[in-house]
Amino acid sequence: MDILENISQSLQNGEPDTVAELTGKALDDGVPVKELLHKGLLSGMEVVGERFKAHEIFLPDVLLAAKAMYAGMEVLKPLMVGEEAATSGTVVIGTVQGDLHDIGKNLVGIMLRGAGFNVVDLGKDVPPERFIEEAQRTGARVIGMSALLTTTMPVMGLVVNLARERGLLGKVKIIVGGAPLSDEYAQQIGADAYCFDGMNAVDCVKGFLGIN
Amino acid sequence: MRPTLRFLTDELINKIVDEARSLLASLGVEIHNDSVLSMLADHGARVDMEGHHAWLTDDIIDRALKTAPASFKLYDTLGNEAVNLAGYESNFTPGSTAINILDQDGKLSRRPVADDYVRYAKLMTGMHHIASQSTAMMPTDVHEKISDSYRLYLSLMFCEKPVITGTFTIEAFEIMKDLQLAVRGTAGELAAKPLTVFSACPTSPLKWSDVTSQNLVDCANWSIPVEYISMPLSGFMAPVTLVGSLIQHTAETLSGLAISQLTKPGAPVLYGGSPAVFDLRYETTPMGDVGTMMQDCAYNEIGKYLNLPTQAYIGLSDAKLLDAQAGLETSMGATLAVLAGINNISGPGMLDFESCFSLEKLVVDNEICGMTFRMAKGIEPRDDFPSQPLFEELIAEQHLLIADHTLRHLKDEVFFPGPSIDRANRSRWKEEGGRTLFKRANSEVDRIIAEYTPARLSDDVTAELTRLMETEARRHGMDKLPEVN
Ligand code: B12
Repeated sequence: MDILENISQSLQNGEPDTVAELTGKALDDGVPVKELLHKGLLSGMEVVGERFKAHEIFLPDVLLAAKAMYAGMEVLKPLMVGEEAATSGTVVIGTVQGDLHDIGKNLVGIMLRGAGFNVVDLGKDVPPERFIEEAQRTGARVIGMSALLTTTMPVMGLVVNLARERGLLGKVKIIVGGAPLSDEYAQQIGADAYCFDGMNAVDCVKGFLGIN
Repeated sequence: MRPTLRFLTDELINKIVDEARSLLASLGVEIHNDSVLSMLADHGARVDMEGHHAWLTDDIIDRALKTAPASFKLYDTLGNEAVNLAGYESNFTPGSTAINILDQDGKLSRRPVADDYVRYAKLMTGMHHIASQSTAMMPTDVHEKISDSYRLYLSLMFCEKPVITGTFTIEAFEIMKDLQLAVRGTAGELAAKPLTVFSACPTSPLKWSDVTSQNLVDCANWSIPVEYISMPLSGFMAPVTLVGSLIQHTAETLSGLAISQLTKPGAPVLYGGSPAVFDLRYETTPMGDVGTMMQDCAYNEIGKYLNLPTQAYIGLSDAKLLDAQAGLETSMGATLAVLAGINNISGPGMLDFESCFSLEKLVVDNEICGMTFRMAKGIEPRDDFPSQPLFEELIAEQHLLIADHTLRHLKDEVFFPGPSIDRANRSRWKEEGGRTLFKRANSEVDRIIAEYTPARLSDDVTAELTRLMETEARRHGMDKLPEVN
């Protein structure tokens, strides 16, 4: 089997040690970093995502695969420059003020990290101002907000308004999620997208950042 | 004999409880409320104020268990006894606080408004197998700061049954307590005749937020009963094994019990919960999962073992429509719950992971509840021995339709469900319109609401309730409450 295919397969099997070892070996054999990243690691992760959506594999399989991907990334990191190092982007996430439900938001964070994004998690009960400040501080490309209560959803609109005031709208994409949310509500408050689950969030963020 | 179901041996219960106690002593609980932490410290608990943490010794848990009442009753708005939370007595209450309501076309799920809530409260008066009402959904045509208290207001105005409810914030407790005082007259009367139960949720794992721990204290101080709703999500935020999740549930619930009982010894509480076996394929918290239901029944056994009345979110469904899945998950849950003797069973009417309420489903579920109650009465000998005279009569007459024996026992032995349950032969069913379950239930909803007779609270009380609610609304910039009738 081709070594890239081998790496992808081990990643899909959730084998961090093998992925790290094979990645090192491929580098020694002269495979370019970019090719290793895209055709080995990220393409393996892509298959995992598809199989999860098709319910062939479960969440733990996805997380184990993500762990394996990171093991490969660690080997590549010192050699990644410029464009490659910046393939991923930063996403600031949090549960809005007044709301303590953070399980869904945490899961979204886990999935985004698993897909290679840099996630800044502000926790729960996050005041509107904090989302904006952190997005500006970290140069985030996406802000993700969670609300599980009909009473706290309106806070999301406040964040969108603040982003508009600060001239961030358009530059930073705003995504929202949680049981009471919907496409219509997202549109109504001027958010860029509503995501119904973690995998959907990954697809959505990739779409915004022009990945795949 | 009352048929009963058990999943756990006493030996296993003992092990689970011991394990939970040792977790509370070794790992402790996170409590994000300084006054609760100080109160626990005053009672001898080791606390770390900066770290928001308390460690609960066996002694504290023992004291809490000793003072918690083994049973209590709920009384309707007129002060009549309505719900007995004791022993193996099961009572149903609708699922609580849906985000959406299933529209009358049976397909669309939309946001409820005050009018929907009033229809629900009126319908509840005709649900004879569901002893209490719950604040089942959030009306969205009032300011969000009053949407939790406003549901309680509408419930008290339109239906006499006691109310299973809860607050979303610390501040809303005040008005929700005042509404109850308006109904009962005095604090003493409210304590003597509880009108509501407040749900209070710890955050898994082993954590109490500022809001919910304060709710426990406020409720205890006013002798308002609480139900602890611990929600281990097995496989995600709790061990994947049922026993592991039960240990977590026990520890979280006992920590709540300690807060209530140390605040006010004797405060009425329900050993409750809403665990779920997390679905690792869909990222959801299914209430219709068989393991979820098994956990509910099992922690209820632990509650009984600790001599406490119990509660569970069971007898509800994750289906989106009133379909076969809704029926199977609801009736499986309701059956298990009644066999297990869960005292307050929260479920009827609910769909979609507790997100969507359906009036039509409530009507169907009311029949399920009736069936389970019949089942719980078991099989008892009546005038069955000796049997020869009855069989002589049958042979002679060729039927028992008007036999004394039949007339005497018909009502006790046979449960006749309402018209939403199809019992017609095919031709008659066709003749009567060939209607689906949803259509039949929908007619029942309309019929019961049309026949509604107003709740009998005195004019003085309803005027006071309205005054309180209007004042609260104005505080949040709402000049007028929605028109309802
Ligand atoms: C678990 C739970 C809790 C736990 C939360 C623990 C925690 N650490 O988060 C506890 C027990 C603490 C809790 C407390 C309360 N809860 Co609660 N809770 C739930 C429950 C059962 C499941 C939520 C959950 O975790 N689901 C699993 C996760 C994985 O799914 P998810 O959250 O939907 O997230 C997914 C998607 O929505 C999406 N997503 C979510 N966020 C985001 C964000 C972004 C950026 C993106 C892209 C995607 C995304 O992706 C996620 C992954 O798939 C829901 C029921 C429901 N239908 O949602 C009620 C529910 C939300 N709670 C409810 C209530 C009422 C409360 C309380 C007020 C109860 C009380 N009286 O104490 C308190 C709230 C206190 C407060 N101020 O916040 C109501 C809300 C009703 C309403 N009309 O608003 C619900 C609907 C239950 C009910 N019917 O009563 N709750």
